[in-house]
Amino acid sequence: MKLAGFFLLVAGGGIVLAALALLTSSLPRTGFVLAGLAVEVLGLAIVARSHLAEPGDRV
Amino acid sequence: MLSETSTALCFALILLVPLAGAGLALINTGLGRSRSAAHSMMTSLIVIAIAAVVYFGCGFSWQGFVGRPAHFVTIGHAGWNWIAAEPFFMRGLALDGTPASLAALLQLFSVGLAALIPLGAGADRWRLGAICASAALLAGLTYPLFAHWVWGGGWLAQLGTSYGLGRGFVDVGGSSTIQVVGGLTALSIAWILGPRLGKYSARGMPAAIPAHNIVFVIFGCVLGLVGWLGLNSAGALLFAGAGVERVVLIAVNTILAAASGGLTAAIVTRLRFGKPDASLTVNGWMGGLVASSAGCAFVKPAVAVIVGSVAGGLIIFAIEWLEFKLKVDDPGGAISVHAVGGIWGILAVGLFAQIPGENAGQLLAQIVGVAALVGFVLPMTYGLNWLLNHFHQQRVAVDGERQGMDLHELGAEAYPEFVIHSEEFIPR
Repeated sequence: MKLAGFFLLVAGGGIVLAALALLTSSLPRTGFVLAGLAVEVLGLAIVARSHLAEPGDRV
Repeated sequence: MLSETSTALCFALILLVPLAGAGLALINTGLGRSRSAAHSMMTSLIVIAIAAVVYFGCGFSWQGFVGRPAHFVTIGHAGWNWIAAEPFFMRGLALDGTPASLAALLQLFSVGLAALIPLGAGADRWRLGAICASAALLAGLTYPLFAHWVWGGGWLAQLGTSYGLGRGFVDVGGSSTIQVVGGLTALSIAWILGPRLGKYSARGMPAAIPAHNIVFVIFGCVLGLVGWLGLNSAGALLFAGAGVERVVLIAVNTILAAASGGLTAAIVTRLRFGKPDASLTVNGWMGGLVASSAGCAFVKPAVAVIVGSVAGGLIIFAIEWLEFKLKVDDPGGAISVHAVGGIWGILAVGLFAQIPGENAGQLLAQIVGVAALVGFVLPMTYGLNWLLNHFHQQRVAVDGERQGMDLHELGAEAYPEFVIHSEEFIPR
């Protein structure tokens, strides 16, 4: 779960870089950058949730 | 090349920056427990020392400066400058007052500031040895790599010339390079260490563990203001091409952002809890400072008030959200103040800044910078600290945490006169 979250973080960053390198028009580039950021937010949520579920919390 | 006046002024401003570190150390110590106070101040000093030495050894060689040797990868029509190619131990750098040498001096202090930030999140449970190793990783790898992208002429700084995105990613005083990098490392540390003993009940309800010395905390935020004045002004002269005439504007914006952040936090806590909360007000003040750094040279004072006010309000809710919803125990509020406040500051440049030259696409450039921080810096800093935790346990043993970090790790307490000795109870 945690690994999948971090994979999504890096993948989102990769989408942002690819959008910059491969797209020249302003609108699609902006769209793909925002899509990459959305993937990162999803990854961050999964990583946060995986830490929430860990039983290691000391009481 | 800077004029003689600019060089002298820049040098004097850089010498103010250690006060920001002193302020942060006092804030982290005051917000922690009294039984870990000496440990907190001691680790702050050691972290600053390690960060400076490691940055001197290899950090500057990865970070470099604009126009100096670097490695490029060509993708499509553009060259991506991703890391500097300087010799180790600053051997290729003449320390003679050139912008590159002044930048190296500023970085020796600011890398220490970035390394201090995670101490706030790991307070009362992070072992000294692990802190040293983690600070070395930040100063030797994470910080210089991202700082090169922004301040060393790297690909983020080149987004304007390569892809027509405004002036490229703009961060005058280190909202991203220092604050968000430190804040994301703090988040990684808080996740890896887990919450303090007694912080959460078995049902997951957080317990309030109050600051042990709020006087330290408030004095720390005043020291922080002085340090930030130096940091923002020197950063503008060195990394944003601002002239000496902009220094007054930068100082006014810095003070206004801090003041409005602190006031907003005081008002919000007064409205929500019936009384203003001192520690959250300090966090709002610091959040205003953090958010001010990115665009302080390119916004009007009224905008600085808006940036600081939003930061002050945002941080209150971020602290609560982390503590109640995500169960992240961050005694110093480091994640909210530095990561959340810093990201807001970066985006505020795209929303409000009036940078000389082309401004179209500036917001997209700032968003790309945030994406680089979350997509690359967070996994990197988490991965490095996760590996470190496997080789060298980062969290102190349960007994040590109960005893307090002062006695367990240093063998002496910060406030020994408050200890009641058994001989004082011997009947006379």
